[in-house]
Amino acid sequence: MAWVTQTLSSSLGRKVIMSLTGLFLSTFLIVHMAGNLQLFKGDGGRAFNEYTYFMTHNPVIMTVSYLLYTSILVHALMAFVLTRHNQASRPVKYAYSKPEANSDWSSRNMGILGTILLLFIIIHMRTFWYEMHFGSVPMAEYDGKQYKNLYAVVQVAFGEWWYVLLYVVCMGALGYHLAHGFQSGFQSLGVRHKKYTPLIEALGKYFFAIIIPLAFAAMPIYVFLQVHHII
Amino acid sequence: MKINLKVWRQKNNNTAGKLVDYQLDNVSEDMSFLEMFDVLNDSLTRKGEDPVTFDHDCREGICGMCSMYINGRAHGPQTGATTCQLHMRSFNDGDTIVVEPWRARAFPVIKDLMVDRSAFDRIIQSGGYVSVNTGSARDANEILIPRTVADEAMDAAACIGCGACVAACKNASAMLFVSAKVSQLAILPQGHSEHKERAERMVAQMDAEGFGACSFTGACSVECPKSISLDHIARMNREYLGAKLSSENVQG
Amino acid sequence: MKLESKIPAGPLAEKWARHKFSLKLVNPANKRKYEIIVVGTGLAGASAAASLAELGYNVKAFCFQDSPRRAHSIAAQGGINAAKNYQNDGDSVFRLFYDTIKGGDYRAREANVHRLAEVSVNIIDQCVAQGVPFAREYGGTLANRSFGGAQVSRTFYARGQTGQQLLLGAYSALSRQVANGKVKLYPRTEMLDLVVEGGKARGIITRNLITGKIESHSAHAVLLCTGGYGNVFYLSTNAMGSNVTAAWRAHKKGALFGNPCFTQIHPTCIPVSGHYQSKLTLMSESLRNDGRVWAPKSKEDAVRIQKGEIKPTDLAEDARDYFLERRYPAFGNLVPRDVASRNAKYVCDEGRGVSKTGLAVYLDFADAIKRDGRKTIEAKYGNLFEMYEKITGENPYELPMMIYPAVHYTMGGLWVDYNLMTTIPGLYALGEANFSDHGANRLGASALMQGLADGYFVIPYTVGDYLATIGPADKIPVDSPAFKEAEQKVHAQVNQLLSIKGERPVDDLHKELGHIMWEYCGMSRTAEGLKLAKQKIQALKKEFWTNVKVLGDSEEMNQALEQAARVADFIELGELMVDDALNREESCGGHFREEHQTPDGEALRDDENFAYVAAWEYQGENQPELLNKEILEFENVKLTQRSYK
Ligand SMILES: Cc1cc2nc3c(=O)[nH]c(=O)nc-3n(C[C@H](O)[C@H](O)[C@H](O)COP(=O)(O)OP(=O)(O)OC[C@H]3O[C@@H](n4cnc5c(N)ncnc54)[C@H](O)[C@@H]3O)c2cc1C
Ligand code: HEM
Ligand code: SF4
Ligand code: FES
Repeated sequence: MAWVTQTLSSSLGRKVIMSLTGLFLSTFLIVHMAGNLQLFKGDGGRAFNEYTYFMTHNPVIMTVSYLLYTSILVHALMAFVLTRHNQASRPVKYAYSKPEANSDWSSRNMGILGTILLLFIIIHMRTFWYEMHFGSVPMAEYDGKQYKNLYAVVQVAFGEWWYVLLYVVCMGALGYHLAHGFQSGFQSLGVRHKKYTPLIEALGKYFFAIIIPLAFAAMPIYVFLQVHHII
Repeated sequence: MKINLKVWRQKNNNTAGKLVDYQLDNVSEDMSFLEMFDVLNDSLTRKGEDPVTFDHDCREGICGMCSMYINGRAHGPQTGATTCQLHMRSFNDGDTIVVEPWRARAFPVIKDLMVDRSAFDRIIQSGGYVSVNTGSARDANEILIPRTVADEAMDAAACIGCGACVAACKNASAMLFVSAKVSQLAILPQGHSEHKERAERMVAQMDAEGFGACSFTGACSVECPKSISLDHIARMNREYLGAKLSSENVQG
Repeated sequence: MKLESKIPAGPLAEKWARHKFSLKLVNPANKRKYEIIVVGTGLAGASAAASLAELGYNVKAFCFQDSPRRAHSIAAQGGINAAKNYQNDGDSVFRLFYDTIKGGDYRAREANVHRLAEVSVNIIDQCVAQGVPFAREYGGTLANRSFGGAQVSRTFYARGQTGQQLLLGAYSALSRQVANGKVKLYPRTEMLDLVVEGGKARGIITRNLITGKIESHSAHAVLLCTGGYGNVFYLSTNAMGSNVTAAWRAHKKGALFGNPCFTQIHPTCIPVSGHYQSKLTLMSESLRNDGRVWAPKSKEDAVRIQKGEIKPTDLAEDARDYFLERRYPAFGNLVPRDVASRNAKYVCDEGRGVSKTGLAVYLDFADAIKRDGRKTIEAKYGNLFEMYEKITGENPYELPMMIYPAVHYTMGGLWVDYNLMTTIPGLYALGEANFSDHGANRLGASALMQGLADGYFVIPYTVGDYLATIGPADKIPVDSPAFKEAEQKVHAQVNQLLSIKGERPVDDLHKELGHIMWEYCGMSRTAEGLKLAKQKIQALKKEFWTNVKVLGDSEEMNQALEQAARVADFIELGELMVDDALNREESCGGHFREEHQTPDGEALRDDENFAYVAAWEYQGENQPELLNKEILEFENVKLTQRSYK
């Protein structure tokens, strides 16, 4: 199996790991977003809570979610390894450098953007995932069946303006991360074609970098406005 | 015109370097950037100061020897050009120009602006060739290569091995250089039979030399004097992955 | 000295085949017992080193650049000739042979040139097999173009970067042998002397350019593939580092120097823009296929253009003099290089030159653009136009290009026999470094061919013959007195250069030499001018050795020191070139003596007295060199006056 470790520890192999985990996380974002759209239903959280129940009890989803946690860990770990290696490849920095002349800001700052995302994920998981699994979540009853009322937790969290702000900022970071990351993931796998690469780029730029972060950012804002009876 | 220079001076690889200020009063805009350095060196020599060491040879953008990081950019502000092709008309009277050597772990400084790029040679030695001995070739026209393919191979083969891609990359990655060769030989039928080992060996050597990984910022291609396309990096990724998955080399 | 050219007997077309058979072979198992030094990694050196290593010899390859891939061959643009006749337009080995002999104005050896034409076809096969991306037709076959006025399309090319692609091919073959352990590379290492002992070449003394260390390398044979010496003119299209040092030091150790005064001046170069000019850039000859060369008819117009009062496009058609088309109606803009260059010079001498300096003529594409459309012209010459614009800041689609002749190639070099061996046994010269197969003028796209022919297809056979004769034991160790003595001399010279501590930087002296050479030993030469030049060069030599200023140390990277040693050799070579030009009382090819011209100003050869190779023998410091003649015999071609009218 020498070839496996050798491949995965080569600079190209590491990027393949980044790419596979990153793209997997990207697809997860779609599912996550679609589910969370239930928040906008205005039904006092029922649809959302039912969705949450489904997500935490369906065996397939549960397996996928472990894959997801692993992906986040591997992606972050590999990001750390790569960033360290890349920095070490230029031990003496330029006294004067003008990289903005040749590349996008986001492409050069994936590490910073990713770190923001990691912090965000930790806070996010602490607030919701941890509470859901280990905390004391109030219960709600629909059609005689008991559900954990995660919606109430959401209302508490998103009722705080600073928490909303944190979310919005982090979604900005997500937008930038994916503006570069999504299409870069395909490049790392060697997927590049005159016909399809422009499509991938457009998908990354508009859907993943703008629509998805906007939708995610809209949720806390919406809940905040609702909680404070502004709408 | 008047030009203020800040030039990296470093006696050798074992001593620390620093930026030193110089002023030139009579710079003509028709001068090439390196001719401006000739003028500087002439005046330094006459004053008894050590002239600035820098690599150069053809001075027409093809040998790949010249290598200056000028005002924050590899080969200076002009795109699609080497340092020797840069002319002073790209600058204004009174400008301050900062000139540094390529900076990368794999390119140690030899002196002043001169660096050691032998890592590139070792990468080519690891597989950047077709194994054909002199005399054993068949008639050239027996290998038909469609023009589009030949053109694409030529685009990749145009690399001059200057190292600007490494210098410009935030990771000091050599992907553009390595992929240009891997890609050229992968596209051509002549290079096809060895394409797997080639990709494996050249990537391994690239890593062993201490270059960074690719973050696909695209800086390399923008600063490359031959505008080598990022397509080749993708092809190399494909070649490498394909080779790793399908070759029978289990040792790695 | 008796010059033995070793031309094999027999009919021209069979000489090489017969000779190959008569050469001794080295037993395959014995090859690894031999050590061969190859100095230079251009087309000639890289191809030789790779091929010899493939055969099993141990090779050491040296170059002064940081990588073998950067040898000056990289800069060749136009293409490489080969008698493939893929275009079915009547080409053949004999025609390529004939064109080369005639183009060289009948001053080359028939047998060598025929061999060159024969192996030209194998070169293309070899390069294609290596992955050289030559231009192709849509169907996938190789494309050709006609080059430098040839009547057939036999030039293979890779965009405007043929030399680069051929060299990268040879470099890849070389790299493969480095990986195999058969070649050891010594980049950034300069050969500073040849070691001769017992009448044979034994090795070389080098300086490591990074550390300054002087080292000895011993071998059974030494191959000099060190390129041309065009930089004796200071300004030339050669790379800045191109030099004569290796060849010159071998010359001083006994290798004869052939036809030093034969220099090629290329007509289409970008003109000088100021005193700081460090080199000249060639614009490919192919431009003359579509561009029309002209200058203003009147001096007045020319002066107004020089002052910037009017633009060339302001001049009406009848105020322009398309001088090549006027003087040579049959060949027009496609006359050979020497003819085109000389005529541009005459026009400028008459005061009709353009550009600020008055030293330029126009190469105009307006008609071609009108005829074929901008797109077509862009497809053909786009990269050249871009290169022009980068250098001059002018757009050649709108204003005509300005061009002026510049030194480009040196036909002269170390004298070699048919086996490419110099007059020192065991010392060979390949590529531009030998006095070569181009006579008094080289045809476009033939230098690349010759370099690769020498390296891939000639030397692997001929060096074996020598090695088999001497045997593996015939080699001396690097601590033997011959090496020690040579090392001492190199040390002494280095120290001397550093200890003069004069007033003038090396480049300044080099420039002065260049001026002398260009003025008196350039495009046209006179006895009077040459005599004056000789005096000036001798004075410059004194000035150099008393007033050069080289700073720094010998034990470090010291570019001024490297250059100083090269310029010292250029000065001595310059004097020999002048002697050779003085001796050759005729005009032929690139050598034009004003005293010897036809009534309408064309070169006038003197076959009766000068159909020979002038091979000069070193006689010691400041002694006049001794002339040896190798009489050229022409059995297969009839000597005619070149005419392009
Ligand atoms: C601008 C330009 C365009 C040209 N275009 C064409 C063309 O289109 N077609 C054509 O046929 N020809 C062309 N030529 C001519 C042709 O390129 C050269 O004649 C040919 O490439 C010479 O090859 P070479 O191997 O002999 O020497 P070079 O390529 O010059 O190599 C010389 C080698 O010797 C080494 N060297 C020299 N001295 C020393 C030393 N003392 N110690 C150690 N190493 C040393 C150098 O490092 C280098 O590796 C062109 C020339 C120029 C200048
Ligand atoms: C929702 C979360 C995330 C998604 C969807 C995501 C997605 C991606 C994608 C698609 C890539 C491109 C991979 C490639 O170029 O091959 C990428 C790259 C990267 N990611 Fe993430 N990522 C996420 C979270 C993170 C986190 C938490 C970190 C850091 C701790 C991080 C750090 C990085 C870095 C540094 C890169 C660039 C690697 C390089 O090219 O040098 N990402 N990410
Ligand atoms: S890819 Fe471009 S920048 Fe990199 S070495 Fe080649 S020519 Fe230079
Ligand atoms: S000096 Fe050759 S590319 Fe600049």
